[in-house]
Amino acid sequence: MASDAAVEISGLNFRYGERAILKGITMRIPRGSIVAIMGQSGCGKTTLLRLIGGQLRPTEGVLSVEGHDMRSISQDDLYRLRRRMGMLFQFGALFTDLSVFENVAFQMREHTDLPEDLIHDLTLLKLQAVGLRGVRDRMPGELSGGMARRVALARAIALDPMMMMYDEPFTGLDPISMGVITKLIRDLNSALGTTSIIVTHDVHESLRLVDYVYFVSEGVIVAEGTPDEIRASTLPYVHQFVWGEMDGPVPFHYPAPSMQALLAGNSLQS
Amino acid sequence: MLNKTRLELENVGRMTLDLISGIGAVFVFLLLTLRYSGTSFKRFSLTIREIFFSGVLSLIIILVSGLFVGMVLGLQGYETLQTYGSSESVGVLVALSLTRELGPVVSALLFASRAGSAITAEIGLMKATEQLSAMEMMAINPIARVVGPRFWGGVLSMPILTAMFIGTGVLGGYIIAVLLIGVDSGAFWSQMNSAVDVRHDVVNGLLKSFVFGLAICSIATYQGYSAAPTAEGVSGATTRTVVSSSLAILALDLVLTAFMLKG
Repeated sequence: MASDAAVEISGLNFRYGERAILKGITMRIPRGSIVAIMGQSGCGKTTLLRLIGGQLRPTEGVLSVEGHDMRSISQDDLYRLRRRMGMLFQFGALFTDLSVFENVAFQMREHTDLPEDLIHDLTLLKLQAVGLRGVRDRMPGELSGGMARRVALARAIALDPMMMMYDEPFTGLDPISMGVITKLIRDLNSALGTTSIIVTHDVHESLRLVDYVYFVSEGVIVAEGTPDEIRASTLPYVHQFVWGEMDGPVPFHYPAPSMQALLAGNSLQS
Repeated sequence: MLNKTRLELENVGRMTLDLISGIGAVFVFLLLTLRYSGTSFKRFSLTIREIFFSGVLSLIIILVSGLFVGMVLGLQGYETLQTYGSSESVGVLVALSLTRELGPVVSALLFASRAGSAITAEIGLMKATEQLSAMEMMAINPIARVVGPRFWGGVLSMPILTAMFIGTGVLGGYIIAVLLIGVDSGAFWSQMNSAVDVRHDVVNGLLKSFVFGLAICSIATYQGYSAAPTAEGVSGATTRTVVSSSLAILALDLVLTAFMLKG
């Protein structure tokens, strides 16, 4: 039976060797929705995105993407599934040896037999959508961070994906570029009905954009809800995160021997 | 004392195991590259592009080095042969030294430093900047699309570069021995012509360079692909490519020479 969920995760555990990164994650991402996965750096949210994209395999639990069990999916099926997925990497990950135009045309050349003039027109349309048709002949090294991110977005949507994954799409962007990226994510979602998963720690930009939010801390989902529910949340972790408080459930200090012990010269024993 | 000896033995054991597992990893990666080599030949333009980067851009260093090595061989050879009154044989000495040993080995060492390191750095940086991950997420196998063309571009360039190294080397020997010192031109060429055997000298030399090319490109692509995605990771991998390739070339040269002389 076809489910209306693009991604279903239940009791998912993931370990790097002995180190547990994700513990008992359960979430459901409906088709056509925009969902944010938030948490501080190193909490495991990018790992979760890589698991959904099939770059990592879960250690335990259920992870299903568009009805495919990602624990047992074959390489061929995974590659077929990925042709319908797009991913925007944190710093764009543009191919540095190809021009902007060739970056955007890359997937069309690799996966389709479209004639050259059609690829040309489609590529310019995608670049037009992100407002960068004018830089089509530049090399990635000649772009600003914001422009590179927008070109990367044009490349990610080249084959009109049914699901888009964004890894920290707002990090390091000026307010104008951030606004442009936000608008593009929203337009893409409403025009193509694309399911969007955004991994971010940018609270305020994301809460304006998304339908639902999951908060991850130390590999566990600690809170979830709609943006309004999150804003109104009294959970200490969510409150600290949303309002950017220095101390709270996430301590300011990384665990270390106490200062008294250090001053008393007992640090070696502690 | 006993403990110290034991520790040293353990170190030797660990280094030997690391060496064997390192060679095994390169070999497995080579097999994987061969398995996904279809793209490199079906879309040969990708490989041609890499032949340009690895081969054509290495031409300057190969040609200049070949010329100088040939000149030095001409000088040294003339000096030594003159003692025995057979200075006309300097052409033979230059040609045989170059085709059998110096051509394949020196050009391979230069190729490892010039093109091998570049391949490692490029693939390593692509990994560090998530370009390989991006490619995977686009359902494109990076080994087929990135590694394969670079591997074959290097492997196909190597024998051609060696042939050019040998050619300019002989020219260098000619310039010194005939044009500057005054050895008879006819004797220089005719003795070379009769002493150099195509099968045993030229083909064997180029065969060596093909094997060296395989070794360098396997090591370079493996080191790039397995580099830690950091600045230190990429610089370490580049260094390892040059060191491991150079040692592999010298070790393989010994083995190949032994087999070729026996055969």
